Formats: sequence, C-alpha cells, structure tokens
Amino acid sequence: MTLLLSVLEQGMIYAIMALGVYITYKILDFPDLTVDGSFPMGAAITCMLIASGVNPLLTLFITFAAGALVGICTGLIHVKLKVRDLLSGIIMMTALYTVNLRIAGKANLPIYNMNTIFDNGFINAIFPEGMSVYKTVIIILVILMITKYLLDGYMSTKSGFLLRAVGDNDIIVTSLGVDKGLVKIVGLAIANGLVSLSGCIFAQQQRYFDISMGTGTVVIGLASVIIGTSLFKKVTFLNITSSVVLGSLLYKGCVALAIRMGLPPMDLKLITAVLFLIILVVGMDRKRRGGRYVRTN
Amino acid sequence: MLELININKNYNPGSVNELCLFQNFNLKIADGEFVAVVGSNGSGKTSMLNIICGSIDIDSGKIAVNGEDMSGKRDFFRHRKIGRVYQDPSKGTCPSMNILENMSIADNKGKKYGLGRGVNKARTEYYRELLSRLNLGLEDKLYTQVGSLSGGQRQALALLMSTMTPIEFLILDEHTAALDPKTAEIIMELTDKIVREKRVTTIMVTHNLRYAVEYGNRILMMHEGNVILDKAGEEKKQLQIEEIMGVFNKISVECGN
Ligand SMILES: Nc1ncnc2c1ncn2[C@@H]1O[C@H](COP(=O)(O)OP(=O)(O)OP(=O)(O)O)[C@@H](O)[C@H]1O
Ligand SMILES: [Mg+2]
Repeated sequence: MTLLLSVLEQGMIYAIMALGVYITYKILDFPDLTVDGSFPMGAAITCMLIASGVNPLLTLFITFAAGALVGICTGLIHVKLKVRDLLSGIIMMTALYTVNLRIAGKANLPIYNMNTIFDNGFINAIFPEGMSVYKTVIIILVILMITKYLLDGYMSTKSGFLLRAVGDNDIIVTSLGVDKGLVKIVGLAIANGLVSLSGCIFAQQQRYFDISMGTGTVVIGLASVIIGTSLFKKVTFLNITSSVVLGSLLYKGCVALAIRMGLPPMDLKLITAVLFLIILVVGMDRKRRGGRYVRTN
Repeated sequence: MLELININKNYNPGSVNELCLFQNFNLKIADGEFVAVVGSNGSGKTSMLNIICGSIDIDSGKIAVNGEDMSGKRDFFRHRKIGRVYQDPSKGTCPSMNILENMSIADNKGKKYGLGRGVNKARTEYYRELLSRLNLGLEDKLYTQVGSLSGGQRQALALLMSTMTPIEFLILDEHTAALDPKTAEIIMELTDKIVREKRVTTIMVTHNLRYAVEYGNRILMMHEGNVILDKAGEEKKQLQIEEIMGVFNKISVECGN
C-alpha cells in the first residue's frame, strides 16, 4: 500500500515534468537538456523560500515563473545565438548547477519542520484524521489536474496552435508572418516552467533540496513521454497529455518494482538508463522525425 | 510594384563550390501582373522567389515593394503580405493538425496569435464552402488530420490557406508539379480564379509550358540567372508553346547537351 502510494505520488509529480518534456521533445522536436537544471532549480528556490518563511502555495507560482525564465534563456541561446538545440540545453544545465548552489547556499537544504503545501494548518484541518495518509497524493492529483487542463486549454488557443505548427512544419509559421524563433522560445518557457514547478512539488514532498536531485530528470521525462505516447496512442478516449501522465506513472511503477525485487538503490541510474534504452528500442523512437532539415525549395 | 534592383547572389562564396547565380539581376513586376516563370533546372527560379520572400540573403542589391526597400527586413515580416505555395505539398500545411485547425490558423494571419480560441466555430460553414469549391470532397473531412491526406488534397488546401487573408503577392513554386494531371488541372484553374478575384500580383514558376502559355499575362524565361525572354500582354497572347520550346532547345544546345 505504501509502495503504491509512493509510486502514485512520485509518478504524478514527475508527470508535471514529463508534460514539459512532451512540449519540447514531441511538439518542438527539441531535446532539451535544460530540464536537468531547471528541475532542481525549482526545488532550490522552494526550499530557500520556505526556509525564509514564504507561503508554500506562492512557491508554486514563483518556481513556474523562474523556470519559464530559464526556458527563455535556452531559447535565446538557440534562436538568437544560433547554438544547436542539444548544446543550448547543455550550456544552461551546466550554468544552472552553480545557480542552484547559489540559490540554496549549499548542496543540501532540508525543510523538515516547515509548512509545505502538504503540511500546514489549513490542510491539516480540512483532512480528517483517518485520511491523512492520502492527503499528499490527493493534493498532488489536484495540482496535476489543474496543470493538465490549463495546458490542454492553452494548446487549443491561437498561440497554442502556433506552438503545434512550429514543431510540425516551421515553414508555415514563417508563411503566417510570425517569427518562428519567438514561438520556440515561448514553448521552451512553458516547458521549463512546468519542469521547475515539478521540482518545487518534489522538494515539498521530500522536504529537502539536494544539488544532485536533477541528474537524469530528462531521461525520466523522455521515458515517460515515449511510453505514454507510443503505448496509449491507439486509445482514442485518452488525449495526448493524459497519455503522458499515464506514461510517467507506469515508468515510476516499473522502477519501484525493480527496486522492490531486490535491486540495490545504488544501481538506480543504471536501471534507469537500461530501461530507457529498452523503451527507445521497443518504442521505435530512435530516429528523429523527418522533414526537419529539408531545404527551402 | 515589385522591383529587384542590381541583385548579386553567390552561393558558397570562397569555397570550391562557389556559384555566382545572379549578377546585377533586375526585374520589375507591376501591380496585378500574373507572371509565369519557366526555365531549365538550376536556372535560378526558386532562388529568385527565395530572394523576394527573404528566405535567403543577397550579397548586394535592393528589393523594393512600392518603392520601400525590403532587403533588410526579416523573412516572416515580408511574408505578412505574401501568400506562398511550395512544390512540396507538405510545406504548406501542418500534418498533425486537422483541416479545420489548419484553416483556422491560416485565417488568423495578420492578426494576433493570442489566447483566444484557436478554432472559431462560427467560421466553420465558411471554411466548408471554400473547400467545396475544390470538388475534392474535403468539406466532409474537416476533422481529418492533414497528414493523412493525399499530396494533391494537401496542395489544394495549402493554396486555399495561403490566399484566405488579404495579400499583395502570391508566390507559387511549381505548385502543381507533384500532382496528377487531373488534380493539377483543378489546382491550376483554382489558382487562376483566385488570382482574378483577388487581383493579387502573382509569380508562378512552372515546368509546364502549356500552363505558362495559357495562364497569366506575362511570361519570363530564365537561364543561368538571367531573364532571356520576357513577354507581356498582346505579345504573350500571340506566343505559342512551339516558340518557347524553340528557345528552350536553343539554350540547351548552346550549353552542349
Ligand atoms: N542553398 C543553396 N546552396 C548552394 N547552391 C544552391 C542553393 N540553392 C540553390 N543553389 C544553386 O543555385 C542554382 C539555382 O537553383 P534554383 O533552386 O534556384 O533553381 P531552379 O531554377 O529553381 O531549378 P528547378 O527547376 O530544378 O527547381 C543551382 O545551380 C543550385 O545548385
Ligand atoms: Mg526550383
């Protein structure tokens, strides 16, 4: 039971991050490694703010905004300075390592006895005694649902249409008289905002920030996206964002199961990598989608 | 009035593959002209269109629209007044979006792409009516993903999309080349109809000499970055396919093939 709860909790927290990775990887066709830095950044900002007495609810909005800013930086490096997508992410990821240390002040910042979105006077009062084990999972579910519906809503706006168009066929965005670079920057901003938000919730659930907690985030995100989109693509009543959320839950479940079956936690990253490779091979998502490097004829 | 003035364009300058395509290239196109452009492969037709649209940079020269210099303006800015259809049908539409979404996004060109609803339900009937003019049955496929349409269907949609909003120029690059003869005919007639209705200044590159002779009120033939034949109005009407064929063969012989 506790295993299931923890899989649900973590799976849903990472699902918010996976939604961000979905935007960059699937929609923009941009493998964005910034994620490995923006996820712990969300956590660092959160622990720093909560430690200095800021309302935990506020940290959700602040980390989203900070993540968006980071995404804009990656976008500017890629679009304005014409650095390749992968490299732009690596530059930001590396820079953020220092930024995160600066924000937190040290490599590890616990917030054990502080109020969080899961543990504060108001929440503890509305949840009856017997329900308190479920309160974390319920709060995460609510945040995830709100995020998902906002994202779905955005995707059906005019601006969202442009975002979908730019990954599909950026020539048409130019034909519509819109700067495609700007659209990419907007996409990266939303994506990294979500990733940072996910880091914020993760830090409040785990009650600490650790400098190394971001390592491999992008792999978890990509794995979730690929599992979700390839496994559930035939299920018509599920829209794509729901598939990504399910992908994340499934992925977390697999990893938890592997550890449960006796694999030492030390091997976690190796398992993650191997699992990711298997997913890539089975999901046939190895090659980049075509049509990206076609010359304007 | 569109003017290309003393355009110079080198591809790959400084390398062994250096190719001097345009040297002091000049061209004037008056408002409302429908120009058909023909010429052998590699003669610079697509390059000329790319230069007009800002898709490639020029080394020197000036591109003027109604006297205003456009050479420093970015490509997307210039496209605000240009409708463009490419030879490759996949370039004019978004494959992962459905027909309705594609038409909606094109319908919004020139306006803000903000947080309003992407699809305006009230316009659906209008889109249906536009599509039914194509006679391809697309009006019943509003919710079909464009990626699963045939090339011809996509090209027809791309033509509609690029001409939905007010534009000053229509740029067509072999837009019927990938289509079967019957669909090509449909698209060509539709093109002519749109050009007449909108009175939009049009440049159409084609390898189909019959289209070049039949449609439009001016014809250009290009060869190695130069205009070697330019006939408009009555002169163009008198022109026969055989005559153009003759010029074509002559330049080919001169080149030694
Ligand atoms: N991006 C590029 N880099 C280098 N050379 C190029 C480039 N684009 C075109 N060229 C060269 O410029 C010349 C003109 O090409 P262009 O595409 O304009 O010809 P075209 O008249 O459109 O031919 P086609 O009828 O085959 O479409 C060709 O010799 C081509 O090799
Ligand atoms: Mg060409």
